[in-house]
Amino acid sequence: MHIVIIGNGIAGISAARNIRKLSDHRITVISAETDHFFSRTALMYIYMGHMKYEHTKPYEDHFWEKNRIGLRRAYVKALDTEGKSLLLDSGERMQYDKLILATGSQPNKFGWPGQDLRAVQGLYSYQDLESMERYSADLQRAVIVGGGLIGIEMAEMFHSRHIPVTFLVREESFWNIVLPPEESAMINREIRANGIDLRLSTELKEILPDENGRARAVLTSKGEEIACQFVGLTAGVHPNIDLVKATSIETDRGILVDEYLQTNVPDVYAIGDCAQLRTPLPGRRGIEAVWYTGKHMGPVVAANVCGRPTPYRQPLWFNSAKFFAIEYQVYGQVGNQVREGEKHLYWEHADGRKSVRIVYDARDGHVLGFNLMGIRYRQQVCEHWLAGRAHIEEVLQQLGAANFDPEFFRQHEAEIVALYNAQNPGRQVRLRQNRGLKGVFSLLGMRA
Amino acid sequence: MSLLFIYFVHLKNVYMQTLKHTGLGLFLLALGSFIALLFLTQYEVSEASLARIRPVLAPDQQAGVLEKLEELKGKTYSFKFSYVAKVKKQIAAYNEEMAARWGLSQEALEEYVQAALQQAQTVEGQLAFTPEGREAVQNLLPEHLRQPALQKTAWMVEAGRRFRSQEDLANNLRREIAYVGSQAAAQKQVAAYQLKDYLFAIVKATSKGIFWRHPYLFFWLIIGLGALGALMYIYPKFFDGLPGIKHNGIFHRSATSVGLVGILTGAFLISFYILLYFYHYYIAEWIALVDPVSQWLRGEDASRWFMYGFLYTVAILVMGVRMFAKYRHSNYHKIRTASVMFFQTAFAFLIPQLLYQLNLPEQDLKNIWPLDYTFFFRIEEFTATQIGTFMLVWGIVLVLVGVPFLTYFFGKRWYCSWVCGCGGLAETLGDPYRQLSSKTLRSWKIERWLIHSVLVFAVLMTGLVLYTYFTQRATLLGLNSYDVRSVYGFAIGSVFAGVIGTGFYPLMGNRMWCRFGCPLAAYLGIVQRFKSRFRITTNGGQCISCGNCSTYCEMGIDVRWYAQRGQNIVRASCVGCGVCAAVCPRGVLALENGPNTGQSRMNEVYGPAFVDAGGEE
Ligand SMILES: Cc1cc2nc3c(=O)[nH]c(=O)nc-3n(C[C@H](O)[C@H](O)[C@H](O)COP(=O)(O)OP(=O)(O)OC[C@H]3O[C@@H](n4cnc5c(N)ncnc54)[C@H](O)[C@@H]3O)c2cc1C
Ligand code: SF4
Repeated sequence: MHIVIIGNGIAGISAARNIRKLSDHRITVISAETDHFFSRTALMYIYMGHMKYEHTKPYEDHFWEKNRIGLRRAYVKALDTEGKSLLLDSGERMQYDKLILATGSQPNKFGWPGQDLRAVQGLYSYQDLESMERYSADLQRAVIVGGGLIGIEMAEMFHSRHIPVTFLVREESFWNIVLPPEESAMINREIRANGIDLRLSTELKEILPDENGRARAVLTSKGEEIACQFVGLTAGVHPNIDLVKATSIETDRGILVDEYLQTNVPDVYAIGDCAQLRTPLPGRRGIEAVWYTGKHMGPVVAANVCGRPTPYRQPLWFNSAKFFAIEYQVYGQVGNQVREGEKHLYWEHADGRKSVRIVYDARDGHVLGFNLMGIRYRQQVCEHWLAGRAHIEEVLQQLGAANFDPEFFRQHEAEIVALYNAQNPGRQVRLRQNRGLKGVFSLLGMRA
Repeated sequence: MSLLFIYFVHLKNVYMQTLKHTGLGLFLLALGSFIALLFLTQYEVSEASLARIRPVLAPDQQAGVLEKLEELKGKTYSFKFSYVAKVKKQIAAYNEEMAARWGLSQEALEEYVQAALQQAQTVEGQLAFTPEGREAVQNLLPEHLRQPALQKTAWMVEAGRRFRSQEDLANNLRREIAYVGSQAAAQKQVAAYQLKDYLFAIVKATSKGIFWRHPYLFFWLIIGLGALGALMYIYPKFFDGLPGIKHNGIFHRSATSVGLVGILTGAFLISFYILLYFYHYYIAEWIALVDPVSQWLRGEDASRWFMYGFLYTVAILVMGVRMFAKYRHSNYHKIRTASVMFFQTAFAFLIPQLLYQLNLPEQDLKNIWPLDYTFFFRIEEFTATQIGTFMLVWGIVLVLVGVPFLTYFFGKRWYCSWVCGCGGLAETLGDPYRQLSSKTLRSWKIERWLIHSVLVFAVLMTGLVLYTYFTQRATLLGLNSYDVRSVYGFAIGSVFAGVIGTGFYPLMGNRMWCRFGCPLAAYLGIVQRFKSRFRITTNGGQCISCGNCSTYCEMGIDVRWYAQRGQNIVRASCVGCGVCAAVCPRGVLALENGPNTGQSRMNEVYGPAFVDAGGEE
């Protein structure tokens, strides 16, 4: 059987590796972007000089041949689901028995005037990085539009090269559609402390060209003209479904898949950023465009194409990011405000660069989510509490078990517990567990 | 108000930039002077200098060598290389004279052999050489060779000994008598092992010039300004933005990405080590530069090892300060850096000087066999005093109890990145180069073969040393204990640990020696791999495969390989520097000690928890 995978990102590659583990089927992975799988999340580090492209490849080049995973650098122009074949940009046709679509995302563009000028771009692909590099040579100022994860990464990238940045954010505080106000404010401060010109509640109106068709300035919703030679468009991404639009494969925003990650067309599957679950879990989205989605879907789709029907169930939500020097982790459900029926315990360090937020149910006290800034918590422990619907006071007693900071770092769990006691008169919770593996093992019931 | 603030920030930036550039300038000036120093000397042989050379020479060589050197008097030499060549020639001439005077010329040898053949008797078609026959030609040898010749040819005149032919007898005689002659000459000649020290003493004693007139001036100009300049360069790093990872531009800079500056730095370090180990008579100025310190601490002029130890310590201290700046957000790095700075300064540098002053064995009490490969060469030196005996016991206890015990509890990091001198240099001076180590599977394979071979070599070599110590015999199974020691000392102790280990920092990373060569690291690694509570924990499924951890692993461990599978990292080579955990942008890694039986240490692969979200929206 010939299994063809379009896309060599984390989703496509996880699928390929797991198919190889399960079977001897012929596997071909097609990508137009790069010869080998690299980590998209590390693009910024190449620009900043922390790594070279080579370092972002999670597997050595000989890995693919050794595991008999065929790699093909080509762009798939068209898809014939009846004839089970693909048309490549070279004109060649490729037959498949089963097809996995893992085509990822594309940056959003909202029809801004001037959005197709030179030196106006998003940051998604390796080619985007190359063009950013080209335009950086004579850059006096860059303007970045869109206050999300990629926008702040781009700001950090330019900042690393001492290129002044103006950062336009539509919302009144950075990423506050996801972050609660205190965390969002913390990141506003961090952005400004790094010397970024952060403009909140400001939208892009128009990008103005110079005589060569390159961006020379932007006009903002506040009527200001800001001179710049580069405009980064980072207002989110959407599934890359161009390829399937002309086929009978059903799409919504993404390629619609059932719980076996199958599309409506037999033998065609979709995973990763481009896939949209028909029936997501309550409170969850059908498209979760993060690294982990592709990583989790890969093994599941592999089982399915190899004849072992396995439903995909969205794992407990977690995510992480880094805003300049502040690390961010979230486990479970943490909204951007206190929702009805919820209570939040929010502790912030005096230096304003660390915080812990624990969301719990107002009625029965079971924990719903953790939001960490500048402090690392242990995923297994948080998930143990979340899955077991542990009571907030039980969690607080054992809170040290969750601490995943390096050795000799100050532990703040006692302060967090004290804050809870102060906010809940009459409660006398005591911290019983400090950082350390012993506590973790006994908590998780693991054999030491 | 805010304008004023911006102005102050600006002033501070200008100040920091100026400080940094001035510091760099001073450092480069010191470095330039350091190199120029080697070319600032003239050489003149005088009565006074000969008097200084005399005590260094072996008593029965003094007169002859000095006589040869006197021929160089009355002239000033200004080129080091030609002067050294001249001195070498004089010593070679001396050696030739010794050969002529004390050895046996070809003609004399041949004359003796032919005469001896005349004395041979034919017995049943073969030849016999009798004591009487030998006695008859004895007078043909110079008097001082006669006795040794009798001994050496004793076997040839044994009763019943027969030689097949004239030629057979002649060849045996030639070999034995020539040996006697060359031995006699060698006793008077300057031997290879003496030559380098003689050359150093001669070069130093006959040196003249501005440096030799103003040693203190140059000490402060080079060591003082160099360290000060480096610190001025480093100081602004304490204020370069908010605390956090400081890796911007590492692969854009020539110095840290094997560009021209990196290659030149490597070339300089490699040259330094080659000169230090094999040609120290060419760097007499560098060694003499620290005479003031040596005089103060030891009451004598500096040896090359003192100079090396001093510069080594200064490098760790200065670059340790850089670590405090770079990792100011991380207590783990600050504390372990303070630890290596302390152990280097106190244990490796100061305490041995004190021991020397007290006439005790100069031992670095934290250096452990088999890294300290000469440890068992010195049993006699140790057992001569009570404190020395304690050192011997201490060293053995460290090997047998300290290493397994501490490694069980903390992993090999307790030594490699907290205590060890090689590790100390790698973690400070070498930190800018950690990203250059190779992460390929191939290099991992080479590493395992190489480091364990060195361990085996060290153990066998030490076994031979102990055999020699206890039996007083030098050879076992055809291996000469002393030859094996010197091969180890040269190949492993000097070339591998020094020239490659440090010289290649800017080319192949800062842990070449620790990763591929150190036998102690191999031993610690075996304990760490199989019986230790230490591991790098991977935090669930958080890894985004970015590669920072692998890139900055100085030991070339592909940390990401494990992290992206949600697997803990248990590797023999990990020195626990903690940088992977620091650079990981997602907080995935943590160095931890904990219970270690069963699955929990390394095999556990994280799988996501599947639960209903249960949220309402
Ligand atoms: C700068 C940046 C930083 C990020 N950081 C994080 C992070 O920190 N954490 C996180 O969870 N997520 C992060 N993400 C998101 C994450 O990278 C994506 O969710 C993930 O890479 C999606 O993987 P994928 O395999 O689904 O698709 P992709 O990685 O996009 O792979 C799709 C591949 O398919 C190829 N392709 C598409 N169509 C065709 C065609 N017709 N023919 C041939 N090839 C085709 C594309 O060229 C591409 O190579 C980041 C994204 C970016 C851009
Ligand atoms: S640095 Fe962290 S996120 Fe990046 S590959 Fe290593 S463990 Fe994974």
